Amino acid sequence: MSAITSQGLTLSYQDSVIIDQLNVSVPKGKVTVLIGGNGSGKSTLLKSFARLLKPQQGTVLLNGVDIQRKATATVARELAILPQTPVAPEGISVRQLVALGRYPYQSWLQQWSDEDETMVNRALARTGTLELADRPVDSLSGGQRQRAWIAMTLAQDTDIVVLDEPTTFLDLSHQMEVLELLRELNQQEQKTIVMVLHDLNLACRYADQILVVHEQTIYAQGTPAEVLTEELVKTVFDLNCRIIPDPFFDTPLCIPFGREKIE
Amino acid sequence: MNSARERSPLIKLILLAGVLVFAMLLSLMTGARWIPLSDVIAAFIQPDAMNINHILVSSTRLSRTLMAVVVGASLAVAGVLMQALTRNPLASPGLFGINAGAAFIIILFSTLFTLTSLQAWLWCAFLGAALAGSLVWLIGNMGQGRMNPLRIVLAGAAMTALFSAFSQALLVVSQEGLDTVMFWLAGSLTERSLTLVWPLMLLSALALGLALICARQVNVLSAGEEIAIGLGQRLGLIRLLLGILIIVLAGSAVALAGSIGFIGLIVPHMVRKGLSIDHRWLLPGSALAGATLLLLADLVSRVVILPQEVPVGVMTALLGAPFFILLARRRGAHYA
Repeated sequence: MSAITSQGLTLSYQDSVIIDQLNVSVPKGKVTVLIGGNGSGKSTLLKSFARLLKPQQGTVLLNGVDIQRKATATVARELAILPQTPVAPEGISVRQLVALGRYPYQSWLQQWSDEDETMVNRALARTGTLELADRPVDSLSGGQRQRAWIAMTLAQDTDIVVLDEPTTFLDLSHQMEVLELLRELNQQEQKTIVMVLHDLNLACRYADQILVVHEQTIYAQGTPAEVLTEELVKTVFDLNCRIIPDPFFDTPLCIPFGREKIE
Repeated sequence: MNSARERSPLIKLILLAGVLVFAMLLSLMTGARWIPLSDVIAAFIQPDAMNINHILVSSTRLSRTLMAVVVGASLAVAGVLMQALTRNPLASPGLFGINAGAAFIIILFSTLFTLTSLQAWLWCAFLGAALAGSLVWLIGNMGQGRMNPLRIVLAGAAMTALFSAFSQALLVVSQEGLDTVMFWLAGSLTERSLTLVWPLMLLSALALGLALICARQVNVLSAGEEIAIGLGQRLGLIRLLLGILIIVLAGSAVALAGSIGFIGLIVPHMVRKGLSIDHRWLLPGSALAGATLLLLADLVSRVVILPQEVPVGVMTALLGAPFFILLARRRGAHYA
């Protein structure tokens, strides 16, 4: 069973087609990573998975049902999205930010429930932001801030979490911290994780499935070992490299070449 | 969010309400003729039709006080909503081109039909404000990058320029319109009797009530477009609703009292700092603080050059301009 499926999906901005007639599916309970060059349309595709972008043609199925036909609040209880570099309202505290994640469970009459309180505390604890709860988001470091945003998506209590470049602007140790957290969520709570990553080696380390976005479609898909080849990197990124098995984790390791010639 | 944290804003909110009541009483007592508190209270409990103080309180001073409360609250709440809608802390209801629109329609109609009744003026002003506001909202909501602060600013500036140009063209044709408009634009709470203004005040009060119920929606909206959609908010609907609320609140404020600046800009900032950034507290807090601030400004404007009065719009500008400069400087440093 797949969590997200696209059927004949065409996405475009104004007149330029970004994704053309795409059929692809994202498996349930796995970590799926989208890679591809700048401007390849990874983020655009990800947005359409989360109904932030309406398809020009075709459909996106969320748990088997057309996402555009579902009530948006229903979608928000099945899928949470963390956009690229979101900006928190000035002065908002971490707890207030995370509490926004409970919005899809509230109505005009039903305001704040005990379950909301429990889920917010759980999300804070899960992301290690409990001790930051009363701090303003503006005052946090990049890594802490990203954990606060992830906590907000966790408070949404969805089976699927979609993240657009969650590691951008983070140093390596904080990138690892975020990816470890996401893997834990996948393994311990069986959450389906879909994300865009730029670092090929980290993508290979953490992905169950890789989707390579290139030339308006999914150019290749499969496990990291199946997908990441020297030819693919040459075609998709126009980059010469050598792929060797990672000596510690056995996932493909891409060593990029610059101008220097290596025999 | 939990009960322990809610206690502190609640106490402050009650304090604010207390200050407002105090300011209202003071407003009923103060003026060219000083009326003791006992007379003010008696005017409500045991009105004496022969007592000049009672008549003063229940006619001019009461309407003036209530108008200051409604207009001040409307402007402040419209400011909060405007800042949330555009995600721009320097946005104010004036950005919607509302004042220029109101002035234009007043001039247009008084040229065409020679408006005589105050009531006709009120509704013309409201109509013009709504027209300009709707145009700016529509332009700001078109195409991509919707409700982008810059786009709103540009659309508002363009509408303001357009309506001002129309107004000036008309004024060249009809000289006598000028006095009317100058009188209106200065911003004043005098000479409006309750029997004339109550329909607009009721409209404002309804819009205020509706704005308070939307607090949670506004919280989500202010987190940004993509976050709001991701959380399942029906963005188009909420933006439309907030647009209408801003236009009703700011439009009726300008119709009732003319152009009163800065309340919609500075009050939301003060309340955010002093009370909470959570709109469930920010909206009622701004309503109370806006009402209080305009009341106090009006009080000062009544007595500062006795026996004459300063237009209250001048008072709020004197108050607001330094605050605005301070704000711009601080934020400038923040972004540098």
